[in-house]
Parts: sequence; structure tokens; C-alpha cells
Amino acid sequence: MEKPLTQHIKPGQSLDLKGYEKVGGYQSLKKALKEMTPLEVQTAVKEANLKGRGGAGFSTGVKWSFVPRGKDAPRPKYLVANGDEMEPGTFKDRVLMEGNPHQLIEGMIVSAYAVEADHAFVFLRWAYKTSARRLEEAIAEAYQAGYAGKNILGTGYSLELHVHTSAGRYIAGEETALLTALEGRRAYPRSKPPFPQVSGLFGQPSVVNNVETLCNVPPIISNGAAWFKTLSLTDEGGTKIYGASGRVKRPGYWELPLGTPLREIVEERAGGMAEGYQLRALLPGGASTDFILEENLDFPFDFTHTAKAGSRLGTGTFIALDHDTCPVGFVHNLERFFARESCGWCTPCREGLPWVEKILRALESGDGRPEDIDLLLAHVKHLDMGRTFCPLAPGAMEPLRSGLHYFREDFERHVKEKRCPWKRGK
Amino acid sequence: MTTIYVDGKAVEVDPGSSLLNALLSAGFDVPYFCWHPALGSVGACRQCAVKKFKDENDTLGRIVMSCLEPVQAGMRISIDDPEAREFRANIIEWLMTNHPHDCPVCDEGGECHLQDMTVMTGHVYRRYRFQKRVHRNQYLGPFVEHEMNRCIQCYRCVRYYSDTAGGKDLNVFAAHNRVYFGRQEDGVLESEFSGNLVEICPTGVFTDKTCKSHFVRKWDLTTSPSVCVHCGIGCNIIPGERNGQLRRIRNRFNGAVNGYFLCDRGRFGYEFVNSSRRLRRAVLAGPEGGRPIEAGEAVKLVADLLSQREGVIGIGSPRASIEANFVLRQVVGSDHFYDGLDAAESRCLETALEIFRTGKARSPSLQEAARAEAVLILGEDPSNTAPLLSLALRQAVRQLPLQAVEKKQIPVWQDSAAREAIQDAKGPLFIATVEATRLDEISQDRFRGAPDDIARLGYAVAQAIDPGAPEAKDMSEQDLALAKTIAAALRTANRPLVVTGMSSGSVEVLKAAANVAWALCGENKGAGLLVCVPECNSLGLAMSGARPLDEAFEDARQGKVRAAIILENDLSRRASKKALDEFLGLCETVVVLDHLETETTEKADIVIPVSTFAEADGTLINNEGRAQRFYKVMMPGEGVRESWRWLRDIGRETGSAEVGTWQRLDDCLGALIEAQPQFKGVERTAPRAGFRLTGQKIARQPRRLSGRTSGPAGSGGPEITPPADPDSPLAFSMEGYQGQPPSSLIPFYWRPGWNSVQALNKYQSEVGGSLRDGDPGIRLIEPPEDARARYFTDIPPGFTPKNTEWLVVPLYRVFGSEELSRQAPAIKELIPGICLSLSPFDAGQLGVSDADEVELTLDERVFVLFVRISEGMPRGVAGIPLVAPGIPGPVLPAWGRIRKRSR
Repeated sequence: MEKPLTQHIKPGQSLDLKGYEKVGGYQSLKKALKEMTPLEVQTAVKEANLKGRGGAGFSTGVKWSFVPRGKDAPRPKYLVANGDEMEPGTFKDRVLMEGNPHQLIEGMIVSAYAVEADHAFVFLRWAYKTSARRLEEAIAEAYQAGYAGKNILGTGYSLELHVHTSAGRYIAGEETALLTALEGRRAYPRSKPPFPQVSGLFGQPSVVNNVETLCNVPPIISNGAAWFKTLSLTDEGGTKIYGASGRVKRPGYWELPLGTPLREIVEERAGGMAEGYQLRALLPGGASTDFILEENLDFPFDFTHTAKAGSRLGTGTFIALDHDTCPVGFVHNLERFFARESCGWCTPCREGLPWVEKILRALESGDGRPEDIDLLLAHVKHLDMGRTFCPLAPGAMEPLRSGLHYFREDFERHVKEKRCPWKRGK
Repeated sequence: MTTIYVDGKAVEVDPGSSLLNALLSAGFDVPYFCWHPALGSVGACRQCAVKKFKDENDTLGRIVMSCLEPVQAGMRISIDDPEAREFRANIIEWLMTNHPHDCPVCDEGGECHLQDMTVMTGHVYRRYRFQKRVHRNQYLGPFVEHEMNRCIQCYRCVRYYSDTAGGKDLNVFAAHNRVYFGRQEDGVLESEFSGNLVEICPTGVFTDKTCKSHFVRKWDLTTSPSVCVHCGIGCNIIPGERNGQLRRIRNRFNGAVNGYFLCDRGRFGYEFVNSSRRLRRAVLAGPEGGRPIEAGEAVKLVADLLSQREGVIGIGSPRASIEANFVLRQVVGSDHFYDGLDAAESRCLETALEIFRTGKARSPSLQEAARAEAVLILGEDPSNTAPLLSLALRQAVRQLPLQAVEKKQIPVWQDSAAREAIQDAKGPLFIATVEATRLDEISQDRFRGAPDDIARLGYAVAQAIDPGAPEAKDMSEQDLALAKTIAAALRTANRPLVVTGMSSGSVEVLKAAANVAWALCGENKGAGLLVCVPECNSLGLAMSGARPLDEAFEDARQGKVRAAIILENDLSRRASKKALDEFLGLCETVVVLDHLETETTEKADIVIPVSTFAEADGTLINNEGRAQRFYKVMMPGEGVRESWRWLRDIGRETGSAEVGTWQRLDDCLGALIEAQPQFKGVERTAPRAGFRLTGQKIARQPRRLSGRTSGPAGSGGPEITPPADPDSPLAFSMEGYQGQPPSSLIPFYWRPGWNSVQALNKYQSEVGGSLRDGDPGIRLIEPPEDARARYFTDIPPGFTPKNTEWLVVPLYRVFGSEELSRQAPAIKELIPGICLSLSPFDAGQLGVSDADEVELTLDERVFVLFVRISEGMPRGVAGIPLVAPGIPGPVLPAWGRIRKRSR
């Protein structure tokens, strides 16, 4: 099986430049910068059908196409790798950055070339100290080898690379808030339009791509769009790093063809549930996705099919809910995170999420009231795209909405019995 | 205009605005918080939600924020859609989860935007049962009170404070539902525009601390349209009174002048009206001190003086209305009427008028200044002298960058996006002053020099624009290069602006500024020349053609003056102590009409108590040449009268037929225009006293005003009749026309459901634009058709520092220099200490460091002062802030000896 993202990653180790070059690293950089035009690189990525691996699933090639091109385009232009991986349950980008930072760097340089960017940043989650170290070392190596900086390999293309460590807010993973944070300001998102491609970092044309997305670019350029499409089991192109957390036998990550059946990942890769536990449902793509019940796992785990199943592929790292875990407590834990991470800009998120958290806390502690369920449902209805300023609150509502939908009885038991039925000895 | 469909009805709206602005302008009631006409849209609060439909067949629609939605021809939206209604009510409910519900004890109650929006959305029942988040409040200075629990996190305060006012010390801290708006630590807010927070804040987080000291419910206030008297810009204000006490000043919108904002000096400087140092009785000085006399006796005494027509002079005032100055002039005769200004100021004002009357340059309004594309500030520091001008200039430097932004299809009203796209880009603004200013940070380049050198730079700029203009010789390479840069920026701009003034006392600077403006006019540029004037009616006084005060002193020395009638003027601020003492000594009788005890009233033989702006009507001419009417908000107290009425009575007593017939202000004004045609147009500033709407006078009080009869009930006696107001169409009553009167007569903003300042929306044709009836004020000065002025050629030589003497220049301070506002306790707290500003070089020469003491010998007196080392201060020049009476304001600029004070 082809694993273009993780084939060279060994646990506890990191590939340095020499090691990376030995396994074919920086070939795509040479090919792109020497033999292809920026537009040709864009076309290849578009035809490969590479979709954003940060959760949104938007076509990367199309995203790039909105950046103004040519000699009249405003300068400087920026490319940013979104390494602010803070979606609960997600750790795939850390694997890539720690294990093979050069693939990300090569991906960034080729992608920057595709949009004619002058500077590229890795915007890194505050807690990813190891990644920060490894990326900085790798960037230094890349400069030394002439893969970054002025007049790369004599091609006339110049790119400066930087690592920027975030101050540590989940909202900074949202691309427009990321750009604002990168500018040194408070991480508030921006409304679109204007899109970052028109007015992004410092008001200049910018594009933000997820780390995993960018790591796919070198193999696409080296092996071609058609090859990339064959890697997937559906028509969506490429592989995906899938992950599992929760009470499964083997929590971890696996790079598999995009569209691998979800059940296969759960039962064969993750080994099913640990001894004595039964899978009840899972959040397929991180905390801000809707539950999928155990009986509904039989579909190709890609963007389109997961949406049809009533959820989202998101980051592709699932969190398992077992029968021994209270779903209300499970959701409460997540809402506590989301409430704390609200940036405080817009009213529904800033005031609504803490209210939701307090209600769930009350349910868990036996102080729930019948009207609480209605209040939760009202929040689910109103904390929606377009009503809030950004997707944070709508994402926060996904586990709550589906939790109420699938586990309504459990919520009501909390109210009726004035306790959490899962708590022992109360 | 374009058509959109609102709940099925076709509505005509402005295609360039946001949907919210369009809906509000069309009269729809859409609730909002974070949007503000002066701040634009950011989409934070989500209160302005409406439903938008794809087409006629789309029945579901989706919720959008009207503030961020651009108007599109044919768009279909619904305000009444049930889902949108529910969402808007939910927004209030969410805000109420933490709001303390302390309306009964909150200052804002009754004019609170949150109250209004809560009622508008129909939210009544709060389902939240958990604890509210609470905050600690901060001490923010004597002007603004802080109560953070009430905050609804609309972000208006920090956006206004940083983006509009350029303030640095108010920020947002923390995150999620604990966001906090305040300073990093307790302390006085640094911006001189902090007071606008009390109107910008839609709740009671930021409230007027000075009003708190004599608290009143806002619906109980009697209000009037008035004009600020604390500088020459003439911002429009709404004073509020109750029970004979002036309680607070609020902004009165004038789209051509101050717009939505006031400076702190104007907003908080009103306490002098309530001061215990108010003159309340006419007083006759005698050997055993002054004794109060009846009004009639005072009038007779002064009339008797005048009847011996020889040698009685009148000294006018730049802070008295044109009417008051006029009556004095009539009573003493135009030959005997003097301007009451210090010599330098008199010369400067005369020159400024000449410049406007003979030259091509136009005197722009503040709003026009805000749209200038390139600015040269020559020899004036507006951030201290005319603060609202500095606010306008902060907008001016956005003009060119905003044009670039519009090319990216980002509408200017989409504020976050526009600011993001602009980043730090600024249009060209150059500032040439003696010391550093708060506007330096928005300037492209700065010049520091003595006034003569500043003038020379101006002459060089003019010549760089038009080689035909006179050349300033012997300028350094560096200065010439700067002049060329400035010239280039001004020439390429579509609307260049030259700002100057007279606070440095230099007429040279004025002339140089005129040359620059005229050079630009020669290039067919719509060049503006904005001349800052010191006081609220400086220009009005200058236009009346009074003789300079200097000549009065000279006439007195020649024995031609026997008595002086001084109108609303403390002459100790106008002349050296020596000259003044001599003059007053030469007068047999000195009559002073004023409202407060001053050094001059102390020396008067007859003191006559007059109304302040709050108790009088009149007309003031601002720096632009705009005549504006102010109306009394209360009747003068017992024994006090308007200046013009006192003087009319005196004139009548002398048997003057003309003056004696005047009953109302209109009569006086009519005669004024007749006698002085240069004031023609003033009659159009406001309707005559007989003006009525639907047969009614215009109410100064809202219908909700309480206690009109119960208030004085305890003192027994019959119900007190509201006083009549013969001078204006306004009534001291809530009985009267409550709708929108002509702009110059608007006493308050109110509409059903809109009890806060936001009600102003209903008074404008387009929200954010001019009032429906046009903005108040009549411009009196336009460039003449056949402008004949030739360039000024008397270029001063370069300033040469002297060895043992320094040129001491006056430094105007936003708090403390203006005579009336400095008496307010809140303002007093912020008056800086007196010190002598010296350049680092000069300090070194004198062997002094910061905070050392020096002796300054000037005007035959010795002053002991602390040193303040001022970077950028030119060599050979020293500066004294004009913050204490007696420190030699009137004699500056002057040469003085400085030496380190020996211990």
C-alpha cells in the first residue's frame, strides 16, 4: 500500500535533510521550480482532487486559484501552513511535523511557488514544542541546501520560511483568526468576503493550508495527479491519516486510502474496543463533528460519504464513545473546551456556549430541569453558520445536536433521576 | 438609489451602503449594537439579523447580519420573519445572561440603548438561572466612570478609542465570556476624547462622572441646542439642566463640524456655570469694599457715565456673542469700541480676515478637513488648541489609503476589512511646530523650529509649489528638501489642506500658510486654508472691526479715556500686568460685565453679573466663519441677565432711540446686520422667535420629564409657571412640538422606542449623514470672485538663538489654558504643572536636568520654574504651558533670561 505521507516516519525519530533526500526528498521541488510554471503546479494539484485535510475539505487547487497572479498582483504574497492542531482528538499533523518536517517544508515551498508567494509561515500550536524545534532545524537545513531563501537553485524564485508559535488559542486554528494572530493581534476571526486570497496576512493575498494537505503536494508533483487519484478508494484522491482515540484496543494513526470503510478502521486497525467495552458511537472527525452510531459505520470514510451519513470527515481522527461512558458527560467535557476557547467576539458563542456548559454540568450533577433539554435544543438551532461569526460555535453544536438526537433518553434520565446514571456510588 | 424588497415592499435605498444603514435610513427599526455610523460595521454582536432570500420562490431564506450585507439591487429581505425575530430576541437573552439588571441604579437608565433594543426585540423572560460573571471596575480618571458588569461586549469602546481617537491605553483583555475592556492598570484615560465613550457605550459601562456628582435622570433634563464656548471650532452641544443647575453636556450632531464627537474640554468644562464664584449681584466698589446694588441702580450709574459722552470706551470680548459685542459697540460708539485681545492675537485675527477676504483660499469646515488628501500643519498644535480638528485630521490621513481599499471591492463601511487592508498606510500629513505633538504619530514628517523658522518653511513650500512665490533665502539643504517633499504631496492631492493658527502668536506663520494655500489655488486645486482661532467668537469679534486693545491703552495714556466698560473679558489674560495696571489706573471708572470673579472684576468699580452661554442666546462665529446660534437651557438666576440686555438697558437709559426699541434678540440681530453688513447671513442661522410648528413652540423638555410641579411643591405657594422665552421658538416646557424642528433648533433626540443618543438616526436623511434639514450654521466667508491678494513677501530672517536669552513661546494645553473650562474641578485635576520646556542642548548649556529649577526673567518679573527637557524643541527656544493665570501669557512670545536656580 502506498503511504506517501508516513512511509518514512518512524516513532521517536525524525528525518533530517540528508535522510529525506536519500528517500527521494526535494525531487518535486526541483521538478516544480525548474520544469513547471506556477499555474501548472496549481493545475496538477487541482486535477489530483486534493481536498483540504484541516477539516473543511475544500479543493486545494481551487483555493489557490483565487490568489491574484502575475506581475500586477499585489506583493508580497503569503502562504501559511496551519499547524495549530487543536481540534480535540486530533494529532495527525504532529506526527507529520515531528516525524518528517522536510516533507512539509518541501510541500510549502512548492505550494508557495504555485501561488507566487514571497514568504511562508508555519503557524504552530503553542504546545507543539518538539515540532517547533524540528521544524526550525529543518528550515535551517533547507536554507543551507539552497532550497529556501533567495533565488532557490538558481531558478529566480525566492521564498523566506518562518516558524511562528501561536500564543495558544483554539480559535487561532481558524484560518482568518490565524492570520490575525500571526500579525501579532488578538486572535479574532474575520468575516468573508474579503477572502484571505484578496486581503489576508497584513492585508496581502494569502493562502492558508493544513499541514497534512501541504505534505501531499510533493508526491502529487513527483508522481502526477492521476497517480494521486488512484490512491483513494473513492473519487476523492490520495490517502488520509486516520486516527483513533477513546477506549479502543489500539489507539493511534494509520495512513490509508481515502475512502477506506470506517468500520475497517475501527475494528481492524484500532482493533475494536478494549476488553470489556462496547462501542456505542463515535465522533468521526474530531470533537466538532456529529456522532455516528456503531450500527452505521459501514460507509467509505471520505468527505462525501461521511456527510451523507450525517456527519463530517473533519480531521479523520475519531473519538470513540463506549457504553460505559455517560454521553452527557462526554458532551459536557467537549462543551467545556469549546466554551473556554470561544474568542469572545460574537454574542451567541460567547454567551451561549457557557450557558450550554452550565446546563450540562447541572444535568451531570443532578440539578437538571425539564426545560434544560429545550434550552439545549434552542442553542443547537441558533448557534449555526451565518448566525455566529465563525464556525467555532456551530462546530461545538455538532456533538450536542447528534448527542441529543441519539441519546435523548440518557439526557432525560439525568433530569428524571436527578443524577448521572453512570456515576457509581452516588 | 436602488430598489430592494423589505417584507415584500419595495424600498428605495442608497446602493453604496450596508443593508443596516439602508434599512435604518428608510425608517425601519432594526436593532443593533456594535455598528455605529461613525465606526462602520464589524458584525460582532449579531443583533441586526434579518432574513435574506435568494429570490421570490425562496421561502426559507437564511439569516444574515444586515450590517455586513451590501445593498444589492432587487435583494429580498425580511425583518419580520419569525425566525429572524426569534434570533434577535435570543441575542438579547444571551446578553442578559450576564447583564446585572441594575437599571434602577444605573446612570444610563432612560437613555440606554440596551434598554431600547431589549424592548424592540420583545425579549422579556430570561431563562438563564446560573451565576453571572462579574468584573472589578477601574479608576479611569475624573471624567469617565467604569462599571464593567454591564458590558455587552459590543467592542465599540476600544474600536472608537483606538481607531477613531488614536488612544493607546484602552484595550480588550482576556477571552470568551470574560473579555474585559479597560486599561492595563487603573489610571486616567490618556486620550482627550475619552468622554465620547459615555455616548459610544450602549450601556452604562462608561458614564459621565461629572454628571454623577449632581445626578439626574436624563428624561428629567431640560435641554437646548447650544454651542461649545471652549475653543474656536464651535462644536454643537446639548447642555442639560435641572433645578437651576447645569448637569451635563452632550454632543449635538452637526455633520459639517463636530459630527458625533466632542473633546473632553468641551464635554466636561461646564462646571463654571455652577461655580460658587459666579457673580450674582451687581456690585459697587467703595472704600469699605463692594456693596451689592439693584440692577436699576447699576444701569443708571453706567448710563450716567456714558451721558458724558467723552472718554467712555467699551472693550469687547472674543468669548462674548456677536450680539453682546454689538450692543456695547452701539452704546459707546464704534470709535470707542476695542477688541479686548492681546496685541499679537489682534494682529493675527486681522491678518486672517484679510487673507480670507482678499485671497482665493477657502476656509473649510471640519468635515471638509476630514476629507483632505494631504495636510500641512504650519505652526499650530490642534491636539491642544482645537482637539476636534485633530480628530478630523486622523480621518484625513485615511482618505488616500481608503481609495486603494475600495479598488479591492472592500466597502469602506466594512470597517474591520477596510482597516485590515489599509494596515498602517496613511496619506501625507506634515506638521511643523515648536514642540512635539500628539499628531506626530500620524505624520509623514515633522519640523521643529521657532515660529519664524516655521514660517520660513511655509514660504519655501509655497515657492516649491509656485516658483513665482517669494523665496526664503538661506535655508538649509535639509529644510529645502522637506519643503519640496511637502509641496509635492500637496500638489498631487485632490483636496490639499493647510492648517494654521495663532496660538504661537506669530503673524508670520499665518502669512506663510496663506502663501502655501494661494500657491495651491493657483494650480486649480481645491485647496483649503484652515485657521484655528483661540476662542469661541474670536472671528466674530474680529469681523466687527473693533479697534485693537493696544490703542485703548495708548488712548488712555494720552488722557482720552475716562472710563471703560469691559464685556466678558479678564484683561489680565490680554496684557502684561504692568500695562494693565497702568491702564486701569488711568480710568476713573471701570465697569465690568462678566459671569465669574476674575482679576479684572476684582479691580472694577461697578460689576455687573451676566449670563453664561447656558443662560443666554446669541450667535458665535467659529474659525471656519460659520455663524451658529446658541440657546439658553435655563433662565438666568435672580439678578443676572444676558450681557446684551444689560447693555440695551444701559443704552435705553442714555436715551438711545435705536437701542431702546429692542425687545428680543431678533431685534438686536436685525440692527446688527443693518449696521454691519459683513454679518449678512446670520439672520439665516435660526428661525426668528415667532417661529412655530403646528402652532406650538418647540419643547425643551421631553414628555417624560417628572416633578415639574412636585419639585418645588415643598416650598409652598402656587404652581410655578414655566418661564417665558421671548427670544426663541423654544419653550421651557414639555408642552410643545416634540418632533424634528429645523436643525438649529433641535434640543434633544427622541423617537418612540429610541430613548438613547441613537435616536439621532431618525433625524438624519441618511443615517450617518447630514440632518434632514441640513447641518446647522451659516458660512459667512467665501473666497471673493476676484481674489486680488498677492503673496506675502515679508519673509522673516532665520531664527538665531541668543547667548543669554531664550525666546519664550506659549504652549497651549488642552486642559488648563482655556479660561472657563479650567475652573471645572474634573478638568482642574488634569491641568499639568508649570514647567519650562527646553531642548536637551539648551538644558546642557544651562547645566540643568529634568526637574531642576530655573529662574526665568521676563516682563520685569522673575519666575521660578521646573525644567522639562523636550526632545525636538529647537535650540534657543523655551516653552511655557499656559496653565496658570499670571504666568506671562499675554506677553509671549518674548525674550527672557534663564539661569539655573542656585540653592
